Amino acid sequence: MSTILEIENELIEAFGLLDSWEEKYDYLIELGQELPAMDPAQKTDSNLVKGCQSSVWLAVECQDGRLCFQADSDSLVVKGMVAVLNKVFNHQPAGEVLESDLRFFESLGLWRHLSSQRGNGLTAMVSHLKQAAARCLGQAEALPATNPQEE
Amino acid sequence: MTKTISSARADFPILKTMVNDHPLVYLDNAATTQKPQSVIDALVDYYTHYNSNIHRGNHSLAALATQAHETTRGRVARFINAEHKHEIIFTRNTTESINLVAHSFGDTFVKEGDEVVVTQLEHHSNFVPWQLLCQRKGAHFRVVPFTPDGDLDLEVLDKLLGKRTRLLALNHVSNSLGTVNPLEIIIPLAHSRGIPVLVDAAQSVHHIEHDVRKLDADFYVFSGHKMYGPTGIGVLYGQEKWLEAMMPFLSGGEMIDQVTVDRTTFNQLPFKFEAGTPDIAGAIGLAAAIDYLEQFDTEELAVYEDDLLRYGIGQLGQVPGLILYGNPIRRSSILPFNLEGIQHYDVGVLLDAYGIAVRTGQHCTQPIMDRLGITGTVRASLALYNTREDIDALVQGLKRVLKMLKR
Repeated sequence: MSTILEIENELIEAFGLLDSWEEKYDYLIELGQELPAMDPAQKTDSNLVKGCQSSVWLAVECQDGRLCFQADSDSLVVKGMVAVLNKVFNHQPAGEVLESDLRFFESLGLWRHLSSQRGNGLTAMVSHLKQAAARCLGQAEALPATNPQEE
Repeated sequence: MTKTISSARADFPILKTMVNDHPLVYLDNAATTQKPQSVIDALVDYYTHYNSNIHRGNHSLAALATQAHETTRGRVARFINAEHKHEIIFTRNTTESINLVAHSFGDTFVKEGDEVVVTQLEHHSNFVPWQLLCQRKGAHFRVVPFTPDGDLDLEVLDKLLGKRTRLLALNHVSNSLGTVNPLEIIIPLAHSRGIPVLVDAAQSVHHIEHDVRKLDADFYVFSGHKMYGPTGIGVLYGQEKWLEAMMPFLSGGEMIDQVTVDRTTFNQLPFKFEAGTPDIAGAIGLAAAIDYLEQFDTEELAVYEDDLLRYGIGQLGQVPGLILYGNPIRRSSILPFNLEGIQHYDVGVLLDAYGIAVRTGQHCTQPIMDRLGITGTVRASLALYNTREDIDALVQGLKRVLKMLKR
C-alpha cells in the first residue's frame, strides 16, 4: 500500500485541479459519499468525538502495529474530512501516523477555512487518531495532547 | 434632523470586506454587530489623546478620562431612561451583569426553600447562573416552558409566580427564536405579587423599546458589542432600592470606602459594584454607539427592521425544504431554520464559502433545542445595516448549498 506521504500528495494533486471553494467542497463531499459505511454497532456514545457541532463517531483499533478505524458523521462536510483522514491514515503503521502532521490539509486549500472553525472537530479527530496510534505503540504516556483547547 | 436608514450601511467599514472572494453578507448580528466608523474613531481618539486611569488620578488626562467615563454613564442612563445615573453599573457583558445579580441579589434575598423563575427561552447566561444560585441556596429552580409557536406559556408562568418566588429572570427577545416576550403583561403580573424582574435585553435594547421605567424593570442588562459598540463593556441597570440593599459582587480597588485590618466599608453606588479598573475605552465606545443609534428615528428604525424580518420570512419560505422555527405572536430580528435532512453545520460552512456569515448550532440555548427535538439551527440575525439584498444573497446561497448537499 502507498505511504502516508504518497497518499497526501495524490490528494494535494486532486484538489489542486480544482479552482474554486465550491469545487473543492463539492469534491470533499463526494469523497465522503465514497467512505466505507461504519458498522452501526460502533456508533456508540463512547465513540463520539467531543468538540464537534455535528456528530462524529470514530472507532479505532490497533492491528499488527497498524491503525485501523471506522468513522462517520451526520455532516456531509465533516464526513468528507473523515474520508480524507481515512484515505491517508487508515491501515498505516502507528509510528508513521504519529509522525505525520496536518500540514497537507493546508495544501488542499481548505485548511485555513476549516481549521478556523472549532466546531468541525478536525483537530479533535486527528488528536484521537494520534492518541490511538501512541497507545498502539505503547507510548501513550509520552504524548502530549495535540490541541487541548479543541475539547 | 434624523439620519436615513439607507445611509447606515456606508458607516460600517467592515461591510466593504470581501470574504472568500465574495462581498461580505453579515447576518450574524445576534452574536455581535459590526461597528460604525464613529465608534471606531471614539476608541482611537481616547487612546490617542486622553488615555488615563480614572477617578484617582489628579492630573489633566485623568480628569479628562474620568469625565468622559462618567459622562458615558449619564448617556446610558438617558438612553434607557433610568431615573438615576448611579443605577448604571458597568460590567464586561450581559453574562457578567446577570452573574452579578445572581450572586449579590441572590446572597441577600434568596434563602433555602425559595424559588427563582426563569424561562425555557433563555440563553444559557440567563439560565445557568440561576440554576447554580438555587443549588447553592437549596432554592427551587422553576422554568416556564414555551408553546409550539415559540411563545412563553403565560398560564404556566402565572402558576409559577408564587409566594416563595424571589425573582423572575427572562429575556425581552430570545436570541434563538426571536420571540418578543410580552413584558408589558409579565412585569405587572410579577409585581402584583411583589416579585422583582430581571430583563435580559441583549437582543432587544437596540431593536425595540428600551425604556426601563416604562417597562418597570427591576434589573435590565445588555452588552455593548451587540448594539454597535465595542466588546468588553456591558451594562447592569438596577433600581436604586435593590442595588443599595445588595452586597458587592467583586471586591478590590475602587469599590471600597474604608479598609482596615478589621473591616471594610463600601463605596457608594455605582462604584460599590465596579471593583478594579473598568473598560474606560469600552464605555466611551458604548456612548458613541448610543449617539450613533439615536441619530435614527426610533419608529422608522422599528418599521424598517420589522419589514426586513418579514421579507426574510417570506423569502426563506421560497427555499425548498426549509423549516423555519417558531411562529411567535411577535418576533424580532432572528431567523432560525434548517434545511430538511441537512446538518446546520454544513449549511453554515458552505454559506461562508459564498461570503455569507450566519451562526449554526445551539446558540447557547440547549433547553430550546431539546424542546424542539433538534440538535441546532442555522440562525440569520439582522441589524439596521442589513438590506433586502442581504436576504436575497442568503436565499441564493441556500439554493446553491441545497444543490451541493442534496445528492
